[in-house]
Amino acid sequence: MALSRKDLLAIHDLSVEEIELILTTAESLKEVSGRDIKKVPALRGKTIVNLFFEPSTRTRTSFELAAKRLSADVINFSPSTSSIVKGETLIDTARNIESMKADIIVLRHSSPGAAEHLARFVQSSVINAGDGWHEHPTQALLDLYTIKEKKEKIEGLTIVIVGDVAHSRVARSNIAILNKLGAQVRVVAPPTMLPSCVERLGVSVFYRFEDALIGADVIMMLRLQRERLGQALLPSLREYATLFCLTAARLKLAKPEAIVMHPGPLNRGIEISPEVADSSAAVILDQVTNGVSVRMALMYLLSGSA
Amino acid sequence: MNEASLNQASPKTVCIQGGTVIDPGHVNGRADVLIQDGKIVEVGYPLKSAVAQDDSVIVLDASGWIVAPGLVDLHCHLREPGFEYKETIQTGSASAVAGGFTSICAMPNTQPVNDNAAITQFMLTKGQEAGKARIYPIGAITKNSDGEELANIGELVAAGCVAISDDGRPVMNSLVMRRALEYAKAFGVPVVDHCEDLHLTDGGCMNEGAVSTELGMPGIPDASEEVMVARNLALADLTGVCVHLAHLSTARSVELVRHAKAQGLPVSAEVCPHHFSITEEAVRGYQANAKMNPPLRTDEDMKALRQGLVDGTIDVIATDHAPHALQEKQLEFDTAPFGIVGFETALPLTLQLVHDGTLSMEQALDKLTRAPAQLFHLPVGSLTPGSLADVVIFDAQEEWVVDPEQFQSKSRNTPFGGMVVKGKVKMTLVDGRLVYDAR
Repeated sequence: MALSRKDLLAIHDLSVEEIELILTTAESLKEVSGRDIKKVPALRGKTIVNLFFEPSTRTRTSFELAAKRLSADVINFSPSTSSIVKGETLIDTARNIESMKADIIVLRHSSPGAAEHLARFVQSSVINAGDGWHEHPTQALLDLYTIKEKKEKIEGLTIVIVGDVAHSRVARSNIAILNKLGAQVRVVAPPTMLPSCVERLGVSVFYRFEDALIGADVIMMLRLQRERLGQALLPSLREYATLFCLTAARLKLAKPEAIVMHPGPLNRGIEISPEVADSSAAVILDQVTNGVSVRMALMYLLSGSA
Repeated sequence: MNEASLNQASPKTVCIQGGTVIDPGHVNGRADVLIQDGKIVEVGYPLKSAVAQDDSVIVLDASGWIVAPGLVDLHCHLREPGFEYKETIQTGSASAVAGGFTSICAMPNTQPVNDNAAITQFMLTKGQEAGKARIYPIGAITKNSDGEELANIGELVAAGCVAISDDGRPVMNSLVMRRALEYAKAFGVPVVDHCEDLHLTDGGCMNEGAVSTELGMPGIPDASEEVMVARNLALADLTGVCVHLAHLSTARSVELVRHAKAQGLPVSAEVCPHHFSITEEAVRGYQANAKMNPPLRTDEDMKALRQGLVDGTIDVIATDHAPHALQEKQLEFDTAPFGIVGFETALPLTLQLVHDGTLSMEQALDKLTRAPAQLFHLPVGSLTPGSLADVVIFDAQEEWVVDPEQFQSKSRNTPFGGMVVKGKVKMTLVDGRLVYDAR
């Protein structure tokens, strides 16, 4: 089976069947990363370009490893070394890359809709690796995979997303995917960090962290972006940490077997205490491991090789 | 006589025959229009003037069509000087007459800004050279529209500016706005404000609400407009000077203006066709051609704007014609500039309000002719004898598909491409000259 689509732009567009196909494929590819020789020839001769307009280490590395484990040729293209600084548009840059016969372009960009915009102009497959505050669909897929691995199901789970939902593509993609699969999603944050009409995304809204944690199966922490401090969204890091840091004491309010997730990188002592980050409840490094499998699955399914 | 000579500058006698004349407040019915030496001589049926029977009269057949005063737009961006790659006064005025507009008021956000007599005179000269629509420049409120020091408003008015505005760069400092209103009082020119609190907008690029949240797009809240509408109403009350509120987009703005008018405050307001025709839903898919400021709002706002037109809260319909080059609208949504081509779709979008029963034909045309001319004290907008012979002739029933490639404007940015609209301009006359002919 293959995905009958050219691009992966947003969770919003995916059907439940497509999501399950990606997860099942990831499951069967996960074994590759455990081998001595971590490589299969599935995408040999294919070219994948990581086109990253925002700094990123873990996502870019994860895509690069995923492509290499499938034997694809990978090029990393970032603005500091590109013609973007000379005034070239995203579309022209991408068309140049396409002319060099790229099969898949993985795009990270600060503009919401950048991946959708690009996909209209190129024949190559486009994978959205994060577009502004809009979506980060592979993060949601790997998060879902991780939850399923630990909880075996999604339907009926209570999942709390904590922090700056307004400016978070991770939150938007996760809310979309978890709703599609029947979870109950809660968001909790200072009201300045919740977007307008947030309840229309299909979530229940909390302002007190403690209230949101009661009965939670999964706690998803969002990274606090320090640049938000100057925007009158928060009085101080100290006050945020006082109200929203996931401490061992707060974790006890959730279900005993609750798991803790974080897309990274962590601000230890700000949104998550070191005790919790290093506890058995934390599945943060499993997320990273699963990220490679999920991205392998996606590239494989989009490449037409399946 | 051969009508080919009609586009010549030399005065001729012209008779527009067979149409339905709608001159808001004056005539509404079957009538012929007699034009001599660029002025309206008589409107009636049958015409009484002896000259109407003369062999030398050029006859324009308007059977089945509506004959109205040339449309008047209080709000457009002609981009010259400075942004000639988007539009020039030549292409902008060609676009205007193609849309039936014969008098257009050009905002001062050119490069350099129209904050001095030299720029005003340049625009007037270019307008005369273009020889299509009448160009009425709007001068800046503050020098370079920086919102700090008053521009030389007396000099601007003397040079031909009909109003002042820092459109696109709203005057954020309320004291400066107060002084501008007080100072403008001496010259009798309206002060036009684009109501937007830039702090609240905070880099937003579409309406703030469920759609912006879903798209992950920074939003522009209703309040961004409304707090400035409220401020301007308070300043109008304080100074006694009329504030003209540009392109209202929200339901509460309409309500604020309605309340202010009921209290007798000196205020007038405009709405753009796009704001009463489509909603924020048009942005989905990150369509940069649906990016404008103020942004497309919700269905509820659209209904309130229509109601504002019906009950007179909103005085005029203005285009906010804002051409941008293809390469600019090809950028990512958040980096693309705000604005759309307005002249060539304004009339059919307005006529839609007539077709769906919201406004009568006379009400709709009033908002595009007599009302705007009166607000800015322009000597146009009517077909009464002695008036300048600026006329639009249109088929209110003809359906056509908006094709941006056919625009007379230099730019193509419109969210209405491919839409079937009803109502097509057939002829436009300025000073009795046929400046647009699509028969």
